[in-house]
Amino acid sequence: MYQGVRISGFGGQGVVSAGVLLAQAGLVEGKAVSWYPSYGPEMRGGTANCSVVITDTEVATPVVALPDTAIIMNEPSLPKFEPLVKKGGLLIINSSLVKTKATRTDIKVVYVPCSEIAEKVGSLKTANLVALGTFAGLTGAISIDAIASAMKKVFKRAKPEALALNRKALEEGAKIK
Amino acid sequence: MNPITHKPKSLVDISTHYCPGCGHSVVHRLIGEVIDELGIQNRTVIVAPVGCAVFADKYFDCDSIQGPHGRGPAIATGIKRAKPDSIVFSYQGDGDLASIGMAEIIHAAARGEKITVIFINNAIYGMTGGQMAPTTLVGQPATTCPKGRNPDLQGYPINVSEMLSQLKSPKYIERVSVDSAPNVIKAKKAIKKAFQNQVDNVGFSFVEVLSICPTNWGVEPIKALDFLREKMMPQYPLGVFKDEGKTQEGK
Amino acid sequence: MSEKVLMKGNEALAEGAIRAGCRFFAGYPITPQNEVPEYMSWRQEEVGGAFVQAESEIAAVNMLYGAAATGTRSMTSSSSPGISLKQEGISYLAGADMPCLIANIMRGGPGLGNIAGAQGDYIQATRGGGNGDYRLIVLAPFSVHELANFPKKAFELAEKYRMPAMILADGILGQMMEGMSFDFDPVEPAALKPACWSIGGARAEGKKRNMVYSYALGEGELEKMVLKRADKYALIERDEVIYEERFTEDAEILVVAYGISARASIEAINIARKKGIKVGLLRPITLWPFPTKRIKELSSKVKCILCPEMSLGQMIVDVKLAVDGKVPVYLHARPGAFFPVAEDIAVAIESALTGKKEQLFDLESLADKATLGCHQPENKPSKEGALL
Repeated sequence: MYQGVRISGFGGQGVVSAGVLLAQAGLVEGKAVSWYPSYGPEMRGGTANCSVVITDTEVATPVVALPDTAIIMNEPSLPKFEPLVKKGGLLIINSSLVKTKATRTDIKVVYVPCSEIAEKVGSLKTANLVALGTFAGLTGAISIDAIASAMKKVFKRAKPEALALNRKALEEGAKIK
Repeated sequence: MNPITHKPKSLVDISTHYCPGCGHSVVHRLIGEVIDELGIQNRTVIVAPVGCAVFADKYFDCDSIQGPHGRGPAIATGIKRAKPDSIVFSYQGDGDLASIGMAEIIHAAARGEKITVIFINNAIYGMTGGQMAPTTLVGQPATTCPKGRNPDLQGYPINVSEMLSQLKSPKYIERVSVDSAPNVIKAKKAIKKAFQNQVDNVGFSFVEVLSICPTNWGVEPIKALDFLREKMMPQYPLGVFKDEGKTQEGK
Repeated sequence: MSEKVLMKGNEALAEGAIRAGCRFFAGYPITPQNEVPEYMSWRQEEVGGAFVQAESEIAAVNMLYGAAATGTRSMTSSSSPGISLKQEGISYLAGADMPCLIANIMRGGPGLGNIAGAQGDYIQATRGGGNGDYRLIVLAPFSVHELANFPKKAFELAEKYRMPAMILADGILGQMMEGMSFDFDPVEPAALKPACWSIGGARAEGKKRNMVYSYALGEGELEKMVLKRADKYALIERDEVIYEERFTEDAEILVVAYGISARASIEAINIARKKGIKVGLLRPITLWPFPTKRIKELSSKVKCILCPEMSLGQMIVDVKLAVDGKVPVYLHARPGAFFPVAEDIAVAIESALTGKKEQLFDLESLADKATLGCHQPENKPSKEGALL
């Protein structure tokens, strides 16, 4: 099993922390993982993105040049990463914010109204987790349980209610096929 | 014969490389006496500069480190932070401290490092052969300003003590001179206070010593002393610029 | 041995140093190593050590010089332009034979360059870097795990040979997170043997003073001092070489790569091996001392060697010295702080074996196409390579 993931969106949408969560979840499941962020000037106000690798063997390159899955949380990220997704790969698009449609036909494209679902769950802040849930559900690369248990390590000061809400967002995301 | 004075215990019994008439030897002796009187020889570290005093490390019988040009206060910071019980003093000339090492001295002072700095101001680069220093007086000739320092081209001298005393952190800043017996006695009192402050963990203490360089000024020692009094002192007035120490010792 | 946790490279490096007994750190902010001083600022306080945010890299390295001279395990870190500034102090540290740890989390250069990971400081690191004739022990981690565990190794080597050691990593390793663990129990500084040469401790009555200096002005003195240093350099080159090998038993082509480039190379080798190409890897872990002897041995077994580097070719100089013209040595270069793409390296491996030039960096063929013009490279952002 090998999954190279690229998560991209505005700073503040939690793309970087979603990546950390994913990597931590992989570690919980005993996988080899890596996380690598974009950093520096491009982080100031602009689009942020990160690479996550989850694999059974050993992470060679931590920078995912050609992702198996790209999670697109904002409009500018789509033209940047759609062309890079591996043939047969997966493109998860936050359709609440991204109005443009993907053009590739050699990959699976899923439109997820992350913000709407998150609001229904109870907090707009969980939009990133909805997308992670969809990723987990569609790829099977990671379990919802692992992500939920990773949350306790990553969000150390989160209250139990917040963790429950987060889990709900993951589960709602995972329902999307 | 009954000797009336001794070489301080904390000075090594060898002759120095300083030129005849140079003020470094006097200041070395004063520091040596102070170290003896305070009984701190076994925990004192000298940070020797680049410049005429580069071999100061050989002359003091205490632990020593010789570092890059101007970086004494940074090196002293490292030693003092790693070994807070040590007594660390940085000994620097005007090229070292006021030119290439300006950032290091200002920031060590601003951080309030609990160190002692002895700054020898003789208004010239000595070791490299008489080039203009940041402290060279207006009109004073040097090998890199043979017609004399021209404020239009080289600006005005830097008064380090006045400048450092604008900072909040330093506890003690005084300018002294070694041109005469009374002034040498005052200089010793200032140096002693700067060390006592460190013993008492008071804070950053700085003594600027006006000194002569007969060799590079190109004058006899006696005339050099006149030059110090007549030309340097008006530019660099003696006195205490800051004294917020708790100690009364040496006052 | 600790539990496997997810940790950022820079923080793992800092924590690794703390656990190795580092009790003094001075640094200055520069991307992409900022997490090191940030972490040290609170962690040193926690363990009773000292942290100073210096006014400049120059001040930081001189604080390191002072602290190292007290026998305290001391460290500074920076990134390429900052390491250039530190060279003054590094030269003094080497000249005064002071053990200490300097970490360079390399970024793109020259000049301000960029802040992405790069490998442009290899020559600087392995040849000393500052003025004079000296070496640093240079360790090149390729994972967060190694970043965490190399500080202890670095301090031990530095103290054994009384000289500065450097950890040469890059922005990618510094910024990335990985599962990692510590392979050693925390070192208690008080349990370490005190250095007989250190300054600033309470000097016992009758004991001679200690002097730390790098000068030797008497006739013939400096040469004696440098030659004495050469003795230990010879021992280090003989005894302290560390490297990793993969698939070298049947290799027809050898890839030599260090640090983050080795990781892209591993993926490239996997791709090439699936195609039936017999390719092996030698990863130098100590860059100085360099695994010259082993590369020389392997060069008699392979048809050619490929060096993927995030530079215009620096480590390749050492590889060529080791090979001494026996087989061709090719370069795959990503000098603009672009992470090498494994697929490209795989192509380079095939090219090297078949005499093609695709993905190989070749100055001769560059010269055929090159024009001098106004001699200023276009400054437009490129879309090539992996987006960082």
